[in-house]
Amino acid sequence: MTVESATRLRRVKLNLQAVLGRAYPRVVGANREPSWIFFEAVLPLLGIAAYVFIYQALGNRSLIGVTDPAKIAEVQASVNALIGSVVLGGTMTAFWLNVLWSMASQLYWEKEIGNLQLYMMAPMSRMALLGGMALGGMFMTSVRAVTTLVVGVVVFSVVLQLTNAWLLIAVFFVTLIALYGMGMMLASLYLLWGREAFNLSALLEEPIYFMSGFQFPAGGFATMGGWGRAVLTAATFVPATLGLDAMRQIIFPGAWGGRLWILSPELELAIVVVLAVVFLVLARYTLAYLEKLARQEGRLTSRHQ
Amino acid sequence: MAVAIETKELVRVFKPPRKLLKRRRSSEAGEDEPEGPVTALDRVTMQIQEGELFGLLGPNGAGKTTLIKILCTLLLPTSGQAWVAGNDVAKDPFPIREKINMVSGGETSGYGLLTTRENIWMFSQFYGVPSKVAKERIDELLHTFGMWDKRDAKVRTLSSGQRQKMNMVRGFVTDPDILFLDEPTLGLDVNASRVVRDYVMEWVRKRAGKTVLLTTHYMMEADEMCDRIAIIDKGRILACDSPENLKRSIRKDTTFRLEVDALQGTKAFAGMAGVKNFSAKDDIAKGTTSLTFILADESPVSEILSAIAAMGSKVHSLQKSEPTLEDVFISMVGRGLE
Repeated sequence: MTVESATRLRRVKLNLQAVLGRAYPRVVGANREPSWIFFEAVLPLLGIAAYVFIYQALGNRSLIGVTDPAKIAEVQASVNALIGSVVLGGTMTAFWLNVLWSMASQLYWEKEIGNLQLYMMAPMSRMALLGGMALGGMFMTSVRAVTTLVVGVVVFSVVLQLTNAWLLIAVFFVTLIALYGMGMMLASLYLLWGREAFNLSALLEEPIYFMSGFQFPAGGFATMGGWGRAVLTAATFVPATLGLDAMRQIIFPGAWGGRLWILSPELELAIVVVLAVVFLVLARYTLAYLEKLARQEGRLTSRHQ
Repeated sequence: MAVAIETKELVRVFKPPRKLLKRRRSSEAGEDEPEGPVTALDRVTMQIQEGELFGLLGPNGAGKTTLIKILCTLLLPTSGQAWVAGNDVAKDPFPIREKINMVSGGETSGYGLLTTRENIWMFSQFYGVPSKVAKERIDELLHTFGMWDKRDAKVRTLSSGQRQKMNMVRGFVTDPDILFLDEPTLGLDVNASRVVRDYVMEWVRKRAGKTVLLTTHYMMEADEMCDRIAIIDKGRILACDSPENLKRSIRKDTTFRLEVDALQGTKAFAGMAGVKNFSAKDDIAKGTTSLTFILADESPVSEILSAIAAMGSKVHSLQKSEPTLEDVFISMVGRGLE
């Protein structure tokens, strides 16, 4: 083995250790504070329930005076798909919140508690640090997301018609990678912005719920003329939009006569793969650039700006 | 012997944040906020040999921490150069990071949910220490620093002293070649400080190739521990030598210590003939002021006593003493450390 390959191997090993090391607090944290189950998994169901009741009411109203069994079945299937879409959106909301508040703004928190300087003077790659945060975040959030999904499906009696399990798994994981890649990129930007980053997180929270269609099929924007298409185009830069749409198509095929889907699931998967790669590459370079800038300006260590 | 740390004409200037400049333009900035750029380090040149326990002694804002941050690759110098373990801190930080670690006093790092052991283990993983080796070292160091009974306690339940001891373990667990200790005994009680000091001295002296750069406020600590000391004030190194040589440099001077009733207007002493430097420290609880005079000879003593009497104060004690590091500091800087 040459010196170069031995060094490379040592670096790979170091960075893998660093990923696991940084993921550890989040993995352990998920188990150490059981109270989170109430706040993180049960409370979000209330928000989902509000939309579910609205969709059910709308479905009931459109069935008034309808006697044709085929029409009744069609409306019920549409309502089921809408409710299922909300439950799925609620599940992905957990990941979006985690990306915003526990990924993007995490480096700012780390600086406040004094960890950042210890991370930055360690020999690991900065991407290993962010990767560990992302891996731990995914694990921690998956527990909440699965709870929301299972309870939502059971409580609201959602009928799932899964057509392609492998494609669903692929879309889910690629969407997660793209979302966390976006979080990694934002994390480096937040490092420079400090406290102002919180405003950005707040700004990104609700509008993205709306634009990405967390509570309704985002494809509906395309039926609303020019501004709707503009919103939809902008929303596709958030990986959750296409990922969520693809998952809904795989779980509720044929819903609403296919009028509210954005693109085919395969094409959406391909676009999300591209987004994942772009975000990860951008995160790598943004972090390197901003670390240099932060070293120049002394922002890695100053606890108060 | 190889050079572990070297700096050449190192300068670091901090510019005030743009926000502060805007506030200043609109006259909203506080009086204590800097008006312009602050020179934290001013042409610092020094060399620390491998195996040395080197101390940086200076008051708050002297530039000690800035220097450590630059050497730890956390901050870039504005100009000048610095090398750690032969690598340029600005151009080649990664090889440096494999060989160093840092512990600061009053550090609040780590995660409250993790136990002491888990926290230290996590940091060891960022340096690629094999998990099994890390765990063995952690247990050994926890015993050494008297933290064994707190090994499974969550970090958020630790007192600040216990937390500082945990930080010390974190610093040693990666077995660095060069360790930066920035006020490591801050917040520790007398016994814990003793354990830390003894361990650091033993670590450097018994293990070949280990180097420590220590900053401290405590003169006794610097005197006891360090092979050499640099006195730094306002970003400039005023002197650099062994504690003995530093003390010897002012031995031809005479040091007098007085304890008097609480005294105002001590600045008047600065202008007296024969007074090379002096410092005054108030003890509010006792209602007294401790005065230390560095005199060229004993002739100004009677004038000093008369001046104290004229100020309406009473002398409780007067003592001529051998110079200490504090006297060296007063002699060079013109004031005490605290």
